[in-house]
Amino acid sequence: MTVPEREAVALDAAAVPSETAVAKPLGLWLDRRRLLIGAAVIAGLVAPLVVANFTIFQLTMVMIYGLAILGLNLLTGFNGQFSLGHSAFYGIGAYTAAILMSGSADLAYYWTLPCAGAVCFIVGISLGLPALRLQGLYLALATFALAVALPQLLKSHLLEGLTGGVQGIVIDKPDPPPGLPINADQWLYYFTLAVLLVMFAAAAGLVRSRTGRAIMAIRDHPIAAAAMGINTARYKTLTFGVSALYTGVAGALGAIVVQFVAPDSFNFLLSVNFLVGLIVGGIGSIPGSLFGGVFVLFVPNIAEKVSTGLSGAVYGVILLLLIFLMPSGAAGFVRRTAASLARLRRVSTTESIGRSTR
Amino acid sequence: MEQLLQQVVAGLATGAIYATMALAVVMVYQAIDHLNFAQGELATFSTFLAWQMIDWGWSYWAAFAITVAISFVIGIAIDRILFRPVRNAPILSQLVAFIALFSILNSSDGEIWNFTIKSFPTPFGTKPLLGSGLISTHQAGMVAVTLVMLALLYVFFRGSRLGLAMRAAAANPEAARLVGIRVGWMIALGWGLSTAIGAVAGMLIAPVVFLDPNMMLGVLLYGFAGAVLGGLSSPGGAVLGGFAVGIIENLAGTFIPFVGQELKLTVALIVIVAVLMVRPAGIFGRVAVSRV
Amino acid sequence: MKQITRRTILATAPAAIGLAALHARAAKQYDPGVTDSEIKVGNTAPYSGPASNYSTIWKCEAAYFKMINAQGGINGRQINFISYDDAYSPPKTVEMTRKLVEQDQVFVIAGGAGTPTNTAIWKYMNEHKVPQLFVATGATKWDDPKSHPWTIGFQPNYQSEGRIYAAYILQNKPEGKIGVLYQNDDFGKDYLKGVKDGLGAKAASMIKVEATYETTDPTVDSQVVNIKAAGCDVFVNTAINKFAAQAIRKAAEIEWEPLHILSGIGNSLAGTLKPAGLEASKGLVTDFFLKDPTDPQWKDDAGYKWWLGFMNEWYPEGDKNDALNVFGPTAAATIVHVLKACGDELTRANVMEQAANLHELSLPMLLPGITINTSPTDFAPIKQVQLARFDGERWQLFGSVISSALPA
Repeated sequence: MTVPEREAVALDAAAVPSETAVAKPLGLWLDRRRLLIGAAVIAGLVAPLVVANFTIFQLTMVMIYGLAILGLNLLTGFNGQFSLGHSAFYGIGAYTAAILMSGSADLAYYWTLPCAGAVCFIVGISLGLPALRLQGLYLALATFALAVALPQLLKSHLLEGLTGGVQGIVIDKPDPPPGLPINADQWLYYFTLAVLLVMFAAAAGLVRSRTGRAIMAIRDHPIAAAAMGINTARYKTLTFGVSALYTGVAGALGAIVVQFVAPDSFNFLLSVNFLVGLIVGGIGSIPGSLFGGVFVLFVPNIAEKVSTGLSGAVYGVILLLLIFLMPSGAAGFVRRTAASLARLRRVSTTESIGRSTR
Repeated sequence: MEQLLQQVVAGLATGAIYATMALAVVMVYQAIDHLNFAQGELATFSTFLAWQMIDWGWSYWAAFAITVAISFVIGIAIDRILFRPVRNAPILSQLVAFIALFSILNSSDGEIWNFTIKSFPTPFGTKPLLGSGLISTHQAGMVAVTLVMLALLYVFFRGSRLGLAMRAAAANPEAARLVGIRVGWMIALGWGLSTAIGAVAGMLIAPVVFLDPNMMLGVLLYGFAGAVLGGLSSPGGAVLGGFAVGIIENLAGTFIPFVGQELKLTVALIVIVAVLMVRPAGIFGRVAVSRV
Repeated sequence: MKQITRRTILATAPAAIGLAALHARAAKQYDPGVTDSEIKVGNTAPYSGPASNYSTIWKCEAAYFKMINAQGGINGRQINFISYDDAYSPPKTVEMTRKLVEQDQVFVIAGGAGTPTNTAIWKYMNEHKVPQLFVATGATKWDDPKSHPWTIGFQPNYQSEGRIYAAYILQNKPEGKIGVLYQNDDFGKDYLKGVKDGLGAKAASMIKVEATYETTDPTVDSQVVNIKAAGCDVFVNTAINKFAAQAIRKAAEIEWEPLHILSGIGNSLAGTLKPAGLEASKGLVTDFFLKDPTDPQWKDDAGYKWWLGFMNEWYPEGDKNDALNVFGPTAAATIVHVLKACGDELTRANVMEQAANLHELSLPMLLPGITINTSPTDFAPIKQVQLARFDGERWQLFGSVISSALPA
């Protein structure tokens, strides 16, 4: 293992080491994981054909939130820069899509995704530069400022002509391509799924590459990383940009699926939601982000079912239970269970070998 | 010119609210090294307890004292029960525990005491101060109490053995353990102190903003901004930061033409971020130098 | 003569039964969400989140529906009121509304709160032809039967209230300098627009300060100080309870006594004036369409006594000082009235037809003289208000009932 990876494992026993460090001692596990991913993808492809439209809508939103959380994960989980401002990137992506699709531009919905991504990338980079000077809670405040500023800017009469002010913008639902025997909800689901798979794969590739290792090295031991010749400023800023890009694309998808954007939807509380989803899913885990999306969408509904008046309290209790049982998030929990299972298997194998050689 | 003075004084009055909260925020930050999102909700809950006692007919000072005592105990209890199990979890997981606490308290407040705003009495009276139309006696009292609390804390931390032990436990837990300081209890004490200060803050703030379950959300955010501006390692800085945030926000709202009103929170935060660019640890904060 | 043989009976029986069935089917028409014993009414409301203080409205409505059920239901059918939390978040509203319509198969959606939340589902409801009944916000856009025939509003809209304030100012202080305090979102901006439209050409010269606040602001003290400092002698205070009370109290503290107009949204005696100080609230002017339950003048009023009995029996945990708990049963009663009027023809189209044909419907807690009226071109059920002035003890209604209909 390289120095940063060793540090990462030592720093926090429950934290997530890099993907390769996990794969080596559990080679059999890696193949199993590929099988699991394959199974999940197949389930994802079949799902909309068997469930109701409304559930398809929910699953699409889960994927969108998962993508947004993956963006936050890249910045906070893999690069250690704490952000409370991702609701702003989500909102900027959503409004970019809404503005382009309505009004005079009348852009097709699929083109809004790269536009939203590009806009957010630029915004992210411009924020990443000054963020270099800030650490920890001070960075949190700066990103929090962003989260608070966005709804105010969207509502201000400076930008009212563009954003529709407090009334928001209503978007038409895209139709499926002619000839395909699926309805609009199913089409949006597949569209989102395709985007999700591409972007998740890209993120996984990024994390496994040299760039990814540099990014994680900066998180774990910035001084050592700099000493090894990594240009921390460049990587930190770039990560900000890429992270914003991911969440921005998620925002654009969100706008298209919900068909409506309004300024107060993209407030500070959404940032907190993303953060909670990230932690519950497992920081530094790419599939964990999807679990975070599931959490963000479904747990408030569950809490409400238990008690309408005290739904917030029930939500808090569920959250506490999850943190007590899975301090490193769902991904950490899965990893630890797999590791204990593998250990059990190894113990019984060595025992049987020992017995047979006697 | 007169309007400037008026807005500055009004800003000081609002800033006093933020300063009290900022003080509580910094207290817990010093004890446990991160931000307690649930601080505001704990303060609101304490204030509701006090209100309930007053509603039952008890005297203001009795309710005040009992509430502060109960809040102190609640703070310690929360630390021992809720946060000790997750103390070894990643920092971000602890953050989630705070968020959970926030959610539970906020929801429970609404359910128990409903959302009608309630007025909360003040021992200072509400006449205009010295006959001037700028701030009331209560707001002046609020400023005074905040400064007194700050002074008391200063004396406690610098002049008493317990205060020294707490500082040691926060600065270097390992070394502190080696000299016999029970670090776990020092942290719990820090929690208790911060909840008690939060209760005082809540009871000072409620007469101005009225008591309702969502009373503290905005205040916590502004208090947090003030604490960061002043420097998270400096209680005095946090208090000054709180005042500064109040003044900046008022001036931005009044004097920046055209958009000042709508964007005053944004402007205030931009100013703070700009300050942080120059002094990344806050105005009075100490940049921690760590050995590599 | 055995003309009516078993065979003929058997032969004619199916026809007879068929005829009878046809006759019965013609009398009973059901859209999804209705059975012989049940009508499903769906709703989304902010039980959590920033607008959770309004949640009591729908808890109260649920209690009202329970009462109706205990009294036999609507034409013998029990109301199944399904209400989900949307935390005042439009994406959540969309999700929950789709759940109600597609999964729970409700008959109608009633009384949702908030403009952005209802805007988010506006198109969906009209495309799927599901009634979006009596939307609980005062935005002007809900009165649009031509392009959105499945959506109907409820309370007097904010713009028209703003115009009424403007008319009052022009009558009583035509040379006044006006400062407006409004919440930085849809309803606040609607009030401001109403005031400006009502002042017409004089708006630019009369309005000196337009001060906003966000719900996360702790106080509005500095806004009030600003307005006074600009030399204003008219104060249009359209804030919600908490901030309206702060403004009233601050004005008294800084010894400022303008012509103080309070909007309908923040004028509760116990919810705003008491915390602010009854003495400080003397002289306030506002408009009402419902009776303020904390006003002793209604003590012996039949409508009030009915409401008190309702609260005591069916919603005892509700705050009897909260005007929202008057709004709730009034809205619920309107929904029940419409559903009852459908008889056995419980189709969604018929619901909208009945909703568009309310004539002089009088409900217990509406002010005397105010009734609910709709027509196929008029989707604003309540279009009347009455002004009142606070005398230090209670709101004294004055003048006559004013129409708040917007000019065509």
